[in-house]
Amino acid sequence: MRVTVRLFARLRDIARSADLSREVPTGATVADVWRGLVAEFPEMAQYESSISSAVNADYARMTAVLADGDEVAFLPPVSGG
Amino acid sequence: MNPVAVTHRALEPDSLIRLVSNEGGHGAVATFIGVVRDNNLNRRVSHLEYEAYEPMAMKVLEQICREAAREWPGTRLAVHHRVGRLAIGEASIVIAAASAHRAAAFAACRYVIERVKQIVPIWKHEFFDGGEVWIEGATANPEDEAARLEAKRRACA
Repeated sequence: MRVTVRLFARLRDIARSADLSREVPTGATVADVWRGLVAEFPEMAQYESSISSAVNADYARMTAVLADGDEVAFLPPVSGG
Repeated sequence: MNPVAVTHRALEPDSLIRLVSNEGGHGAVATFIGVVRDNNLNRRVSHLEYEAYEPMAMKVLEQICREAAREWPGTRLAVHHRVGRLAIGEASIVIAAASAHRAAAFAACRYVIERVKQIVPIWKHEFFDGGEVWIEGATANPEDEAARLEAKRRACA
């Protein structure tokens, strides 16, 4: 199945892209997508303990199981206001 | 006008004040305006660029307003956050809180800005003399009850 990956701020800079499309196996979790990204972009590893994640624009845990067509977002520490 | 917005356009504090204070039972309106500062950590800042995960930021701002309405019943809230390139002195966020009395209005207003800094998916890209840096504040976790209570403690301080 395919998922869309949304990246923001420094993570977007590292990947040089705000949106990626990735093929993942059925039953894949948010954490699986993250591990794939870190393998592709090793610089992202520094965010391992500080990122948050979202599925379809709602906060989701790294253990959340994905469905085909889901939008997975990785959020570095926020700094609005 | 929607009480919650993430927008590229210049913010209009007067509009938010009118939006929350159109009921006769309110005796107090508190506002907070976040403004782009010309310095940060001894750097001379030239401008900021704000980036948002917009649909999610809208939902989280709405959630924060619901939290504040639970804590201070009867309070009416509006919060608009700007994104894109902002010059020094421009408003990045405007919050307006109307309530029967000043204590709840001030507290709700303060609570919203503290929560925005904790959990809204918006990021500041700072451009300064000699470089640029993404500002990274809080790891966002809406389930972190200790963080929510800390925002409430500050709001009531």
